[in-house]
Amino acid sequence: MGEFLQQLMNGLSLGSIYALIALGYTMVYGILRFINFAHGEVFMVGAFVGLWSAPAIADFFGGNLFIAGPVVILLAMVVCSILGVLNERIAYRPLRGKPTIIVLITAIGVSLFYQNFFQSVVGPEPRRFPDLIPQTRVLETDYLIVGSTPLVVIGTAFGLMWLLRFVVLHTKVGTAMRALSFNLQAARLMGINVDRVVAFTFVLGSALAAAAAILFASIYPSVHPLMGLFPGLKAFVAAVLGGIGNLPGAALGGLIIGVTETLVTGYVSATYRDAVAFTILILILLFRPTGLLGSTATEKV
Amino acid sequence: MKRIATALGVALMALATIQCGGGGDTATEADTIKIGAYLSLTGLTATFGVSTRHGVEMAVDEINAAGGINGRTIEIYFEDTQSKPEEAPSAVNKLIAAHNVSAIIGEIASSRTLAAAPIAQASGVPMVTPGSTNPQVTEVGDYIFRVCYIDPFQGEVLAKFIANSLGATRVAVLRDVKNDYSVGLAQYFTETFESLGGEIVANQAYSEGDADFKAQLTAIRGTDPEVIFVPGYYTESALIVKQARELNLNMPIVGGDGWDSSKLLEIGGDAMENTYFTNHYAADDTTAVVQQFVARYAERFDQSTPDAMAVLGYDAAKILFDAIRRAGSDDRTAIRDALAQTRDFPGVAGVTTIDENRNAKKSAVIIQVKDGALRYYETVNPD
Repeated sequence: MGEFLQQLMNGLSLGSIYALIALGYTMVYGILRFINFAHGEVFMVGAFVGLWSAPAIADFFGGNLFIAGPVVILLAMVVCSILGVLNERIAYRPLRGKPTIIVLITAIGVSLFYQNFFQSVVGPEPRRFPDLIPQTRVLETDYLIVGSTPLVVIGTAFGLMWLLRFVVLHTKVGTAMRALSFNLQAARLMGINVDRVVAFTFVLGSALAAAAAILFASIYPSVHPLMGLFPGLKAFVAAVLGGIGNLPGAALGGLIIGVTETLVTGYVSATYRDAVAFTILILILLFRPTGLLGSTATEKV
Repeated sequence: MKRIATALGVALMALATIQCGGGGDTATEADTIKIGAYLSLTGLTATFGVSTRHGVEMAVDEINAAGGINGRTIEIYFEDTQSKPEEAPSAVNKLIAAHNVSAIIGEIASSRTLAAAPIAQASGVPMVTPGSTNPQVTEVGDYIFRVCYIDPFQGEVLAKFIANSLGATRVAVLRDVKNDYSVGLAQYFTETFESLGGEIVANQAYSEGDADFKAQLTAIRGTDPEVIFVPGYYTESALIVKQARELNLNMPIVGGDGWDSSKLLEIGGDAMENTYFTNHYAADDTTAVVQQFVARYAERFDQSTPDAMAVLGYDAAKILFDAIRRAGSDDRTAIRDALAQTRDFPGVAGVTTIDENRNAKKSAVIIQVKDGALRYYETVNPD
């Protein structure tokens, strides 16, 4: 039982990070109907921003991690938001209205660009991410050890998801985002500035990816140019699993993938980890093609 | 533009060589001997490739400064495998087809060497791997050589070390199932360790590129091991050790030569205390040949300490140059025959003799991580 609780804890902290990344995929898909494959690289850049800025920021606040940690996350979120908007402005916007496959391949190109640009300019070797979360044991028994890091990670992730929910449901720009996801043309006719709302969607998605990156690097402190690859892929699967285009679905999908991976690895074998995750995905898509929480709202237009 | 011109020139030269085929030494023999190296200069195990390149460059510059081999200078071409097995064959193809090299150095990771070796073998180009320890590598054919020990020996050394020096009988294994080196080393270790009366209490797996190992480690914790054996590469291994300590797994953790990189201590930090790994040499070895190399390396590469891959890259290049000198030409078959005759070559990482299976019999060094530094622990000689 203790071991199971420990595994659940491991799975939840991993899953909440997947959930944050998955939200970025699903928001862009919900509005523009394409998968932003460069999202994993925005995540990677977020980790590098943290890596480079954390020592100076920690110094500035006299080593007080309770202030420095959130500041580092905020900075990474701001930088990645700008990056996300630039990606959209330079690579995706000129292709809007073109067949999705073209935008999709462009996104893969953007992703490869970041990977290789960082490998050649920053260097390919992994670097250690500084400790931003004070390391203590919150709970320690023979079977269950809960450190401060996973709790902070889960707490921050859920806090950000709640914030996102608030923005989408209760602000004007959030309403505009939802209008766009129903029907982009109709929204434009109603006087919504589509370009601005799309840019804002990229701001939100990229900011969440940056926060996810800082949390991820705090648990797994190795930062390198290819670090966005696997988490990005898993989060994409999570978004599809939960119903792509659906925000609670992405969050739920992330948690399911994280916990499933951990339990399969812990109780069966890591060899079957991806196989089981993808089998679940296939089964869900067989019986619910729109994903767990996905709706067919787009059809009603 | 200049690079394109160079590449074009090389391609033309290659073409000319093929067309003149056997046209005698005077017509085709330029004043350089071309050597290729394919290494993981980027990707997950980039320090392997970058360190090896440093070592090879030092050897090349030394020999060219001394007037080359029989009056001909060495020209070296590097190709990047991006730490991916699927990129290794195209890198070797390029070295052979575009650069027409006489011999090839590389790779470090056994999976990548195994992917590329059949091409070198089929093309009749001698290949020397500095650090691939999986025994299958040289079984590819008679053009494939190595200048390091093989995993059956390394596995035996590790099993005896854990059983005798650490006095453990219960060991948990966590290996990279996508990696020939890791799977092989785990298997050889297990065979010897069980024959010594030890028990493998857990056998867990991960895949290259993973960052989360808490699930495996939580499962391992339930089996109450005395030692954890992690035969992987440095990036994942450092994260494994760090996460193990977070789960109160404070026993010794032991690895193989894939751990050797300056990144191991950087990423693992304090968690790396009470860990050990086998290596090809120790930087704090006090013998003159090692200390001279360490000093020259530090002078050239920004005061850094050479890891084993740098030393093996240097030794591999030197052994290859020695064979070319004895062969008296850059003919690929002649170099192959001379490589096979390598006896008692004094390198930085020990004395190398190539045996009938084209492997090197060399001693292994055990390194201990203590007080945040790599410390020489003991040397184990082959029987």
